Amino acid sequence: MPSPERLNEAGRLMQICNACRYCSGYCAVFPAMERRRTFTKQDLVYLSNLCFDCRACLYACQYAPPHEFGVNVPKAFAELRVDTYSDYTWPRILSGLFRHSRLTVGLTTALCVALVLLLTLTFQGPSVLFAAHLGSGAFYAVVPFAAMALVASAMMLYGFLVLLAGFVNFLRDTGGRLREVISPAAFVRAAQDAFGLVYMKGGGAGCNYPDEEFSHKRRWYHHLVFYGFLLDLAATTVAASYHHFLDWVAPYPIWSAPVVLGTVGGVMLLIGTVGLLFLKARSDKEASDRQMLDLDVAFLVLLFLTSLTGLLLLAFRETPAMGTLLAVHLGVVAGLFLTLPYGKFAHVVYRYAALVQNAIEERQEAGQDTADGSS
Amino acid sequence: MSSTVERNCAIPSGDFDVLVAGGGNAALCAAITARLAGAKVLLLEIAPEHLRAGNSRHTRNLRYMHNRANDFLTGAYSEEEFWNDLMRVTGGETNEELARLTIRESEDLGEWMAEHGVRWQPSLRGTLQLSRTNAFFLGGGKALVNAYYKTARSLGVEIFYESEVCDLSIQDGVFQSAMVRSNGTSTEVTAKALVAASGGFEANIPWLKEYWGEAAENFIIRGTPYNRGGLLRELLDHGARPVGNPREFHAIALDARAPKFDGGIVTRLDCIPFGIVVDKHAQRFYDEGEDFWPKRYAIWGGLIAHQPDQIAYCIVDAKCMELFLPSVFPPIEGGSIRELAVALKLDPAALEETVLAFNRAVQVGTFDPSSLDDCQTNQLDPPKTHWARAIVDSPFYAYPLRPGITFTYLGVSVGERAQVLLKDGRSTKNIFAAGEIMAGNILGRGYLAGLGMTIGTVFGRIAGREAARHALT
Repeated sequence: MPSPERLNEAGRLMQICNACRYCSGYCAVFPAMERRRTFTKQDLVYLSNLCFDCRACLYACQYAPPHEFGVNVPKAFAELRVDTYSDYTWPRILSGLFRHSRLTVGLTTALCVALVLLLTLTFQGPSVLFAAHLGSGAFYAVVPFAAMALVASAMMLYGFLVLLAGFVNFLRDTGGRLREVISPAAFVRAAQDAFGLVYMKGGGAGCNYPDEEFSHKRRWYHHLVFYGFLLDLAATTVAASYHHFLDWVAPYPIWSAPVVLGTVGGVMLLIGTVGLLFLKARSDKEASDRQMLDLDVAFLVLLFLTSLTGLLLLAFRETPAMGTLLAVHLGVVAGLFLTLPYGKFAHVVYRYAALVQNAIEERQEAGQDTADGSS
Repeated sequence: MSSTVERNCAIPSGDFDVLVAGGGNAALCAAITARLAGAKVLLLEIAPEHLRAGNSRHTRNLRYMHNRANDFLTGAYSEEEFWNDLMRVTGGETNEELARLTIRESEDLGEWMAEHGVRWQPSLRGTLQLSRTNAFFLGGGKALVNAYYKTARSLGVEIFYESEVCDLSIQDGVFQSAMVRSNGTSTEVTAKALVAASGGFEANIPWLKEYWGEAAENFIIRGTPYNRGGLLRELLDHGARPVGNPREFHAIALDARAPKFDGGIVTRLDCIPFGIVVDKHAQRFYDEGEDFWPKRYAIWGGLIAHQPDQIAYCIVDAKCMELFLPSVFPPIEGGSIRELAVALKLDPAALEETVLAFNRAVQVGTFDPSSLDDCQTNQLDPPKTHWARAIVDSPFYAYPLRPGITFTYLGVSVGERAQVLLKDGRSTKNIFAAGEIMAGNILGRGYLAGLGMTIGTVFGRIAGREAARHALT
């Protein structure tokens, strides 16, 4: 349950915004707000997750601080989103992880790296870890395939289930009946909005990010991160299918699909994460929430490290450094997957759920308009 | 930020072609136009940066003549139709020459504005209602002035905040210099031409008291606290010919809990046609259902200004609450009329009697908020001629109301080049006016949505052009 102060503040702001409505053209939040007259906890959670933090509404607001109304929607909604991530997670006992993201992510990843190195040293010995390995199966000479695949699969499955639980909890809480929510058209619309980052366009000229100037930088960096991440996921999937169906064992040649996809994705991730971190460092702190910023930074740094260690592994895979790099990379990846459902990645789920809900509401509204005829 | 640096810098004292006094829409349009014409321009805004641009920051749209629909307007709006609309609201209190000039010069203004950074609100996936006559600024007036400030700065207009143009030195209708107060120091600024675009005087309560007495203490000013009319008075003292009734202002019914200044759009209330309005003695005083709200909302400020203590209360019941736009302050609630009266500190017996008398007078009709329906009272004084329904459904709600002043009509007379005219009929040579300070020439009475921005933009451009022409020849 979000704190009553945060809910009260967000509700107070929506009451002001709903009497003004100047920002209707910027994003989906304000039209969704206009479909309501009062704002329940569920409404506010939904609206806050529909907000892409473009901040256009803050700089356009005649009531922004230091006006006595003190309207700062991006900040109030960022606070509610942090509450959302921790409220809807499973198990609830871990919800505190969202409040201390840098610590969570940093410690988990460090422990994972240490553990992989330690296990490799213990079970394989330094002679294996520090030797050069060439040819098919070189990676698995250092870390056995079964260990790698089993642990990775278990982590991914666990992460998926936690996030799915969050998605279902969120929709059930904000969208009424689940059956109503499972609508192919709404999912398609939400996917279009999500994959295009439509609401980072701020009505056309981009976000007011990192400062008052309109800019598309944040959207493009986010695209690099998102699609870079997907390419890396694709690289892993292709590699797995080579392994299982073609009995073709890693490492793969430089011009093979997994390496090309992984490298391109990795470079995109490096540029995207550095770009976003750079923007965040310069961003207007008045518009953001401290805990949200920690979630952002922790996740971005971890993505950067994942990508960097992966690319280093590729570059030095034929040298004696490969064993150590592989262990470090696997440790970082393990840290990434373990913290995935308990860090900023969770926003994917709630944003998407909010976009689905929005698509449903828009369709219902369009239906009503048609029914009303003249209006 | 650069502005912080500028605030701490002394204002340069001379060598300017054009001095623009003011920092709202009209001032910015004048500064941009003059700068584009090659003039060296200094813009002085009295407010600090976060409150810059006067009442422009509270606006949301602009009315302009256009011959066809575009992405932001649903159909054509001709000169004659525009003119007829203006005649209707002003009842003829307009200077036809200047009014027609405004209308013609407004043609396709949207394109010029977009070229200089303004963004229009498109119809997002068809869910937003667009208008035929008025184009809406994406994000409202503050987004518009943010864009203009950025444009002006990038063109090289020098901008200073918290700088007030006080005394003018004028000889034989020729502006010589101005004393500018900034950061507690005074600087004499010379320029070849002056554009006065510093708004009206509605935020100057002592000045309002000259016409309204102590009642002015109870007025709420919807816009900037900086429209104190210093430059307006200075020009009038130098012999500028006044225009517009100094006692008159545009005022609407506001929630009495609104901030004294700068509450803008959100404190307005649209509930009046659906209920009754009583004064502090719990007595009705005007037909709440006279006409559609958009045609009547602007008379209610004046009506309440004439009631004792300038306070009134709109009373509605549960069935009405979804009929008007949500209010920023929650309504005051009572399970019975008596309870409501107690919450409002009104005489419970008097309010009960007023409501009872009203309910008895209500005739059976078919309620329809989208037409001038036949729900009216019989033998009640004053009557309620439309949307009259008995106030019987608990809980009962009330909104306290005060007059909210949007702008004042008093200004300086100008000619078709925006030059300020003197009482003796002569023109000033290098003093031009734009925006609220001269809007009374065109809008002597009433209001047409988005017309203030039209006048400001059109005359801002004219004033900038003429000031630059004077300075550069």
